[in-house]
Amino acid sequence: MKSAQETIMQRIREALRLPAAKPHLKSTAASGTPAKAGRPWLPDGGETPDARLTVLTENLIKLKAQLIRVADMSQASLALAELSRTKQWKRLAYHAHMDTQALIKHVGCETWQADAEFDKQKLESCDAGLTTCEAIVAQTGSIIVSSSTNGGRSLSILPHAHVVIARVDQVMGDLSDAFTFIQQRNSDHMPSMISFITGPSRTGDIERILVLGAHGPKELFLILVG
Amino acid sequence: MSTPRSQFLSDAQVATDDVAQRGFLRQALGGYYVSRDVQKARYRDWEQARDAAAMAKWNAVNRLDRTLTTFATNFERNGGKIHWARDSAEAREIISKICRDAGAKAIIKSKCMTTEEIHLNDALEAEGYGVVESDLGEFIQQLRKEPPFHFVFPCMHLKREAISELFTKHLGTAATDSPEELTMIARRHLRQLYVDADVGISGANFLVAETGQISITENEGNARLTCALPRVHIALAGIEKVIERLDDLAVLLPMLATAGAGQPMTCYNTLYAGPRQPGEPDGPSEFHVVLLDNKRTALLADPEQRDALHCIRCGACLNVCPIFKNIGGFAYGTTYQGPIGSVLTPHLRGLQQWNHLSGASSLCGACTEACPVRIDLHHHLLHNRRNAVLAHVSLFDRLFHGAFGWVIGRPKLFAFGGKVFRATLPLLKKLPLPYLSTWLKSRELPEAPKKSFRDEWKGSQS
Repeated sequence: MKSAQETIMQRIREALRLPAAKPHLKSTAASGTPAKAGRPWLPDGGETPDARLTVLTENLIKLKAQLIRVADMSQASLALAELSRTKQWKRLAYHAHMDTQALIKHVGCETWQADAEFDKQKLESCDAGLTTCEAIVAQTGSIIVSSSTNGGRSLSILPHAHVVIARVDQVMGDLSDAFTFIQQRNSDHMPSMISFITGPSRTGDIERILVLGAHGPKELFLILVG
Repeated sequence: MSTPRSQFLSDAQVATDDVAQRGFLRQALGGYYVSRDVQKARYRDWEQARDAAAMAKWNAVNRLDRTLTTFATNFERNGGKIHWARDSAEAREIISKICRDAGAKAIIKSKCMTTEEIHLNDALEAEGYGVVESDLGEFIQQLRKEPPFHFVFPCMHLKREAISELFTKHLGTAATDSPEELTMIARRHLRQLYVDADVGISGANFLVAETGQISITENEGNARLTCALPRVHIALAGIEKVIERLDDLAVLLPMLATAGAGQPMTCYNTLYAGPRQPGEPDGPSEFHVVLLDNKRTALLADPEQRDALHCIRCGACLNVCPIFKNIGGFAYGTTYQGPIGSVLTPHLRGLQQWNHLSGASSLCGACTEACPVRIDLHHHLLHNRRNAVLAHVSLFDRLFHGAFGWVIGRPKLFAFGGKVFRATLPLLKKLPLPYLSTWLKSRELPEAPKKSFRDEWKGSQS
């Protein structure tokens, strides 16, 4: 007897014997555009570093994420301490990284390194999770985190607030740049999860009214150094 | 006995008569139109973006034999396991078996219409598993024991008072009229369930052949949690979800968000490549993807309507459809509502039984205009009508059209017939004739002219 895979593949091959017409396109350019030649019809991400920062800042405001610009790591560390004080956090989780460790120096609340076989229940009780990120996309205001380098899967989603530490040179123009970067960086092996985080968690399920913090973090802070 | 058609007609009538509910739906969609247009304006050329999105899906679907094989190979190389399901029953059995083998007790789900299509929850509950929907809208619909009203906005038909009462009844919480507080009630209730669940079940918006990743789009973070905390992750996806390259998402993700919900990007767009890898602190130890056919290959075999498989389930066609706005989501009686549902369902469940949905359209083309991947939706409704008639011509149609053809070939007889028709038209309006009397309920027949066109013409020439 044939396996389900063989049956389905055979059905597909038979189905594709008759060719389908191409969609009715409005332009001739799109079909011929090679993938990475830029897409001058999508929203603009900015050509220069300054332009990208402007686009990013506008997008983060609209997304209700909070951007904190600082000059260096010591200022970043003070900014985090101030944030933890005003938000009255009791426990902040982070993952092992040079930047996160430098950042928590002045934080007044309890800090906890959630690495390797950590307790899920304890992470659930944390007010904030602090992570690094892979890159930031100006075009969409997205922060990219991976499970292999930015603290796994839960740290950026389970605590009630998410704080991201990044440097300005991590800001990219558009999604295409980000996908190229991801593929070059992980050419041999993809991390098990890569997430594009675009603002704090939200829902509109009740009467299409926007509410922040549906299941993921209610607040998203980006501390941008440089 | 009620047939899908008679059920549809009576449900649609009841929904249409509820003027207050129709007004509520329009109001709920009002904000969507505004934000969608704001976001569309940010595209330097929306039409070119639609072209690119349509071509990305066309390329993947028309090479499905290759793209699907590439996806499966690359996915398994990352450490996950692929399962193939010819139909709903096979998919349910595969998922049940994974849960049994994992010794699961509690299952948490993130929103997945394909699991609705195969009626997964009933099957898992029958086997004794606790299954909880974690998307807020789906959670509410599960408590109400109702299917989703709209496949992107599952409970958009409900007012906050109804949701508050529902939560009081099932969760014992105090009444509130604040959407924010209602959302927080669900948040608090579900948090522990993510931590306790053994298995997380999700769908997939895209299967990336090039890298063997699946892509999941969501706003709430419930899918992120579903795929992070349980020790087993199962994703169910239709075979048509595959795309060729990772970079195709640079077009498809923003298009999905803008067309579907008027957002620049959905809040979380996440790529999953496999189970937890060495060196990663958390994540499931098993990752299964179930690839479902369930008649999709039959639709693939129809080149005329193959592009219906390009659908990225954004829901834009529902949001603009005058029929959906009047009859709502339940009357369709289908997993997928609105224009795309009316196109797909006859293929998935049988053309003769579901062809009435092809008539649930004003053929205005608003759906086709809204579709980010350029599916020729309203023409496919016509194609389904034609196919249904070709496959099964009713006796009435045969007699009526036969007689009409015979008469029209005889000019004198035709002229005489016209005379009779003009004379009896006022009478026809009063008789309870099948088809005609239903049609006349909301329409007025014009007065019959005194003379036929041919007589008028002759008169004007002389």
